[in-house]
Parts: sequence; structure tokens; C-alpha cells
Amino acid sequence: MRRSSTRKTGQSNSAASVNSSATDLFRSASSKATSKELERIDQLFYSYANRSSNLIDPEGIEVLCSDVEVDHTDVRILMLAWKMKAEKQGYFTLEEWRRGLKALRTDTVSKLKKALPELEKEVRRPSNFVDFYSYAFRYCLTEEKQKSIDIESICELLDLVLGSQFQAQVDSFVEYLKTQNDYKVVNMDQWMGFFRFCNEISFPDLRNYDPELAWPLILDNFVEWRRAKHS
Amino acid sequence: MTMNERKTIDLEQGWEFMQKGITKLKNILEGLPEPQFSSEDYMMLYTTIYNMCTQKPPHDYSQQLYDKYRESFEEYITTTVLPSLREKHDEFMLRELVKRWSNHKVMVRWLSRFFHYLDRYFIARRSLPALNEVGLTCFRDLVYQELYSKVRDAVISLIDQEREGEQIDRALLKNVLDIFVEIGMGQMEQYENDFEAAMLKDTAAYYSRKASNWILEDSCPDYMLKAEECLKREKDRVSHYLHSSSEPKLLEKVQNELLSVFANQLLEKEHSGCHALLRDDKVDDLSRMYRLFSKIPRGLEPVSNIFKQHVTAEGTALVKQAEDAASNKKADKRDVVGLQEQVFVRKVIELHDKYLAYVNDCFNNHTLFHKALKEAFEVFCNKGVAGSSSAELLATFCDNILKKGGSEKLSDEAIEETLEKVVKLLAYISDKDLFAEFYRKKLARRLLFDKSANDDHERSILTKLKQQCGGQFTSKMEGMVTDLTLARENQTHFEEYLSNNPNANPGIDLTVTVLTTGFWPSYKSFDLNLPAEMVKCVEVFREFYQTKTKHRKLTWIYSLGTCNINGKFEPKTMELIVTTYQASALLLFNASDRLSYSEIMTQLNLTDDDVVRLLHSLSCAKYKILNKEPNTKTISPTDYFEFNSKFTDKMRRIKIPLPPVDEKKKVIEDVDKDRRYAIDASIVRIMKSRKVLGHQQLVMECVEQLGRMFKPDFKAIKKRIEDLITRDYLERDKDNPNTFRYLA
Repeated sequence: MRRSSTRKTGQSNSAASVNSSATDLFRSASSKATSKELERIDQLFYSYANRSSNLIDPEGIEVLCSDVEVDHTDVRILMLAWKMKAEKQGYFTLEEWRRGLKALRTDTVSKLKKALPELEKEVRRPSNFVDFYSYAFRYCLTEEKQKSIDIESICELLDLVLGSQFQAQVDSFVEYLKTQNDYKVVNMDQWMGFFRFCNEISFPDLRNYDPELAWPLILDNFVEWRRAKHS
Repeated sequence: MTMNERKTIDLEQGWEFMQKGITKLKNILEGLPEPQFSSEDYMMLYTTIYNMCTQKPPHDYSQQLYDKYRESFEEYITTTVLPSLREKHDEFMLRELVKRWSNHKVMVRWLSRFFHYLDRYFIARRSLPALNEVGLTCFRDLVYQELYSKVRDAVISLIDQEREGEQIDRALLKNVLDIFVEIGMGQMEQYENDFEAAMLKDTAAYYSRKASNWILEDSCPDYMLKAEECLKREKDRVSHYLHSSSEPKLLEKVQNELLSVFANQLLEKEHSGCHALLRDDKVDDLSRMYRLFSKIPRGLEPVSNIFKQHVTAEGTALVKQAEDAASNKKADKRDVVGLQEQVFVRKVIELHDKYLAYVNDCFNNHTLFHKALKEAFEVFCNKGVAGSSSAELLATFCDNILKKGGSEKLSDEAIEETLEKVVKLLAYISDKDLFAEFYRKKLARRLLFDKSANDDHERSILTKLKQQCGGQFTSKMEGMVTDLTLARENQTHFEEYLSNNPNANPGIDLTVTVLTTGFWPSYKSFDLNLPAEMVKCVEVFREFYQTKTKHRKLTWIYSLGTCNINGKFEPKTMELIVTTYQASALLLFNASDRLSYSEIMTQLNLTDDDVVRLLHSLSCAKYKILNKEPNTKTISPTDYFEFNSKFTDKMRRIKIPLPPVDEKKKVIEDVDKDRRYAIDASIVRIMKSRKVLGHQQLVMECVEQLGRMFKPDFKAIKKRIEDLITRDYLERDKDNPNTFRYLA
């Protein structure tokens, strides 16, 4: 890639100009988020944080939720966590808080509240949603070497994350998960597989589902169960 | 006279002289009384031509003579030959033609000799057809061209008459057909286009008519007999008068009309078709069917399919028979492999022998039929009977042959043969690993309880299994057999040790068999509380073993031991042959007269299952060594036991059997576990070498790799793949979820 500094002609390389304007935005964002705003962001953090641990803990989050008038089980809180790239479920560190609020360009509760619809739109964009979807799973892994999540929690998570988009599939799959006995937990591969399933397989007829392909076995069983039920 | 002085011969003059010679020749040919040519006649004629050709121009008459040569033939043919042919018909015409052709050839021979000088220079110089050719061409253009279709029709008509059974003059036909060949002057064009094509067409039509009738009226065997006969006759026909090149084409037409066209109808004839022939063991007819159908393109495929269906049906019927017999069994014997199942295996072997003979004899060892047999057996050999898989049935069958009291009535040869056949059947079973495990379990029993009838047979079957399934299949079993041999040696050393160390002697005759763990099936070892007498034995052996090797750990499996005990009963003392568990229980009664179930259990330190089984064998079975209170048929935890001092039997020494625990479930579990490892290993092996592979391809290769031992099911493979993903051996490709990548 040619460096834009060597360009002498008036015509600017479009890629280069996008890069440079993005850099500008960042610089301007961070320059905007200097001093006053950074201070306010930090202050806001400490208003929710636990005195001794210096983290926002589940209690603090609950307070935050009531302030932005969103239920703490609402998907938008999860989206906020995603934006912050929060690692531990139920906790926000100062760094994560800063990251998230800076990116949203908010430094007050009311601004944060207003930013939520935009955030939702951003997350639901196809290019971001896959990332959010896999993040949602990882976020629920609480133990250190944990690789899978129990059925109960998975059912709730599915409804939370995919319920609005793929209600029918989610409801059916949840019903299956609750009635079957083969699986007590679901892993990342199966989690992602279900998302692919929703996107690629026609529902409710399941016409184009081919169990000879590499669909996770749990989905093969789900399809079998459904077909048996509705035959 | 010298050449310069030679008188010039004038054309007319010379030709007049030649004409005389030609006329003389014609007369001879016509059969008129005419003396033969003398050598002087011939020389004069030849020389005349020679002179006329070598004269100086304008008297060199080569061209004219060449033309007149040809014209001689044309004239003769037109005036004499053709009229005589035209007035005759059918066979008479054919005869006349043969005669005329023969004459013509003679005429050409003689005239071309007279005119030979033309051949030497004139023809070559002008690149003209040679005299011989000219002569034959005249006949072809004038006679043959006009008459060939009549001739052809006459010949074909005679052929059809012969087909209908009439006698015809074969030599005549041969001569006529020779004309077709010779008139081609080196090419087969005339024969093929002017005769053969029509003959083939007529043949096809003839047999088509015949076949249409026969197929309705005749049974399959009768039809085939006729077909075979027809083919034989047609072949015969060729050798007698058709040109040899016609043979393949002719036979192909006949086969097509008689067999190809009606193949399906023939094979599927209701009461006499292929199915029926197989059912009724019509070996000759089937052989004929094979011979005939092997000649037509893809003719054997439907036959082999019917064969496969038939064998499959017979086999499946045997399975059903065995199932029905089994369902009539008493409920408590349901899971045990009984006599009926053994009979089933024997019948399957017989079925195999029967149809293998068919493949070898009727079907000429053809691969299609071998394949059909294999596929048929694979279908029903993998069906279990009465809850027992075919793998288990086969293993039990082997056990019965190899154990004492199993097949003592059979000769060594018969046993060898049967073992050979059993191993062959194994090839059809997909769960070979299951068979191996059952076999191993039973082999262990035979070896440890000295139930093996004949060592040679044991080794022999292992050799056969090794040949068929590979060394890995039999390595553990071979290890087991070797262990026994080593154990005997070891025992000798132990006895030496004991005689050298008299104070080490435990006071009981002790025989110990040391087994190499990896070879033998896994046995649970319980901490049986040994009677004091036996504790010393174990100690002594342990010490001895330490002198032999320092790096091995001995684990004692008391459940496999046997013990000879003297029972001092009031009527008489008897020797009891029991298992170690039973002996331990009995010895308790040396210290106490009466013991409760729970006391016994505590003192022995065994599980309920074991205690119930062993007490049952001592108090509720054939020999009541212990009296049970209450005297019911089953053991319950509230029972009390006493030594039965009144017990006796007419024998001095009796064996009190302890029925073995049913190992079936454990075997199946063990095999399932091994399969999971095998599938894992196979997947990892494949992915390690391929790095990136699509799902379907991976599954296919996995099935192929494992095929020698078992048929893994798709779901099982999928499950293992997912497990390996979770364990970070593999990952799904980011762009294509149907492809996997190996993670180093």
C-alpha cells in the first residue's frame, strides 16, 4: 500500500483517505474524550463501583440498569457488555467501562440511555451480530476451564439473544432441549451451529436440512425430534 | 529365321489364329469332344502374341490385343454363359453358377497364359489391370452384378430350410459362397455387403419369430436348451459353408434375438425362471443359464441379482426360524446362547457351503457371483438372533467346538474344516471387534479352567483368524495361549523352590498361573478374605516370585481359582472340586456350625451378587453341601446355613459348578468403549495427515480405515468429531463450517 505522504497528485487514493479520516475520527474522538469527558466517565464509574473492589459488581449494575430504565435481564445490557468487551459476567472494570463509554461517546446516564437504541441497531447489523452472538456465550462461562453451559441457562440465553429475530426456531429448540436427555450442556460449537441453522435452514419445514453435512449432532437430533413430532 | 527377317503379322491375321485357339478352349469348357492343348499349340499361341507385341510400329498391337483379350470374355459370357444362367432358378441356378465360375477361372488361366507377354511389359508400362484381374472383372461386372441378389436369396432360402430341419447340399453352398469371397479379389466387400448383411438380417428375423413363440410356450430350461442347440447349429453352419469371419457376427445376432431381447422374461418366468431353478437346485439348468448369459453384454448382471436375492431370502429365513425357536424358550433362558442358536450357525455354514459350490460349479467362479454371495451373506449375517448378536453366536459356536465335551465325536479333520468355515463366515460380519472380544473371554475360560479340548486346534484357529483379519486381531489371544505355556514352566520352578525351602511350604498343593495383564480380559479383583490356609499360600508364592523378577506387581484374581477340598461327611469323605470363592465359604464352617447370610458376607468381604450365586450353588443346586433355612429355592439375606453332614453321592469326587456371570453386557460395553477410542484415533490420524478435510470425506475415510474391525455409525463419528473439537484437536473452518482443520 502506498503511503499517502508520497502522493503528489490532487486525486487522493480512496482507501488512503478512508484510513486517514478514520484516524482523524479516532483522534478527534479521543481528543474529544480528553479531560472533561474522561473525568466524567471515570466519575460515573465510581458512582456505581464497589468501594473495596473498585469494580462495578452485580449490585452496581442493577442500579445502573434502573438508572437507564432497562431491566437488568434485558439484552441491551448484554450488548453494552459486548461494547465494553467485558470479560467477567456481572462485573465491569474501569478499563472496560472507559472503553465502552468512549466508544458510545457518552459520559452521563442520560446520554447512555439515549445511546442504547443506536447500540442495538449497531449490534444487530449482520457484520456485528455473529461476533455478539459468540460473545454472549463466552460471557456466560464463569469458571476458569469451563467450556459449556447448562441447558437451563442456554435456553434463557437463546431467547434473550435470538428471540426477537428467530422466535419460532428458538421456541422449538428450547422445547427440544428441555425434553431431551442426551445433552446436559451445550458447547460453543453447538451454540454457533444453531445460529447458522437459523440463518440457513428454512423453517418450519426444514426442507433443506441435510444430516450428512457437518451440522452438530445435537441439531441432527433436534431435526429428527421435530420431524417425528410433526409427522 | 532372324528377327529382321520375321514376317510382320497383320492384326486380323494374327487374331484369326488366336480366335481358333480361343474357340478350342471354349469347346473344351463346354464339354465338347475336343483334344487338349498340346505344348506346341500353346507355344504357337503364346509366340503369336509375343510377335504381335514386339513388332515395330505401326504393327505393335499391344493395346488392341489387350482389348480383344477382354472382349473375348465379354463375348463368351454374353452369348453363352449368361443365357444358360438366366434360364435356371434356385438350386439349379446355383449349380450352374458354380460350374460357370469354375469354367471361367480355367478360361482366365489359359487365356492369360497365351496373352502373358502383355502382363510382362505393356500392363506395367501403362499401369493397367493385369490379365488375371481383367478376366475376373468381366465375370464380376457381367455375371455377378446381374445375378448376385438372386443367388443370395436362393442361398438364404436354403439356409432357412436347413434350419427347419431339411437336408441341403452344403458343399454347393460352400462353393457358391466361395464365389462371393473370390470375386472380391482380396477384399471381403462383396461377401459382406452383397451376402452377409442380408443373411444376418434374415437370421435375426428368423430367430426373432422363433423366440417370440418359444418364450410363450416353453419353460425356461426348455427354452435355454433350444437356444443352446441353435447356437451350436449356427456355429456348425459356419464351419461347413459360411466364411469364418461371419461366425462372431452370426452368433451375436442369434444371441441377441434369443437371449438379449427376452432376457428378463426368461429369467423371471413364473415357475421355471431363475428363482425357481435356484429353489429347486437345478444345477444343470443353472450352468446352462450361466453359459448362455455370459455371452450377451451385461447378461450376467440380472442373473447374479436374482442369485443374491435368493441367497439373502434363504438366509433371512434361517434367521427367522431361529428367532421363532428362541421365542418359544423359557423366559429365564432368554439371554443365554442356547442350542437353537448353535443350530442356526451350523445351518448358515451349510448354506454357505451350498451356494459357494454353486458359484464354483454353475457360475464358473465368476467374480459377479462371488460378490453377490458376499453381499447376500452380509445382509443376514449381521442380524442377531434372540438378543444375541451374530458375533456372539459365532464366538459361542467356536467355544463349543474347542472345549472339552463339545465336539469329541468329530474327527480332527472335520473340526479343522468346520473352524475354517467359521473363520470364512467371520468375513461377512461387520462387528469383528465384538467377535474378538467374545472369543477372547471364552478362550480365557477354556484356558484357565482347563476346558480346552485340543491345543493344536486352538492354535490352528488363531492362525486362520490371523490370516483373515491380520496380526493385530489375534495378538492378545496368542499371548494368552503363550502365557499358559509359560505358566507351566513357572510352576515347575515354583515346585523346585518349594522343595529347596521346606519351611516355605504352605502345607497345601498350590498351582499358580501368572497372566500378562494386557493379553487377558479385564477381571475385577475383589478383596476376598482368604481362609488362613490360603493366605500362607499367597505369601509363599509372592516370595518366590520376587526371586524371579523385581519389577512386576502381582494382582490376585481369586474369582478364577479352583480348589479341591475334602468334605468329611458322615457317610463318607468326598473330594469336592469347587471355586476358590466356594471353598472360602465352605471353610468358614470349620469354625462355626451355623452361619447367617450376612455373617458369611461380612467374613468373606464379597458383594451380594457373588454371595448369592455361590451360596445358591452350594445349597439350592444339584449337590446340597449346605442346608439352608428356610429350605426355599432362592437365597435371601435372612437365610441361615449349616454344614450338611449327611450329604453323599455315589461318586468319590464331585465337581460343584459355579455358573459364570453373564458377560454379555460387559463385553458390549468394553467394545463400545474401545470403538470410541478407535474412532478418535482414526479421526486424528486422518486429520493429521490431511490437515484440512471436508466432513463427508472425513467420515468416509474413517469408515474405510475402521472397516476391517467394525462398521462405525455416522452419528458415532460425528459425536467423536465434536468431542475432538471441544478438546481442541480440530476446529471448524471459519469460512466453511463443513470443513475441519487439524490443530497441531
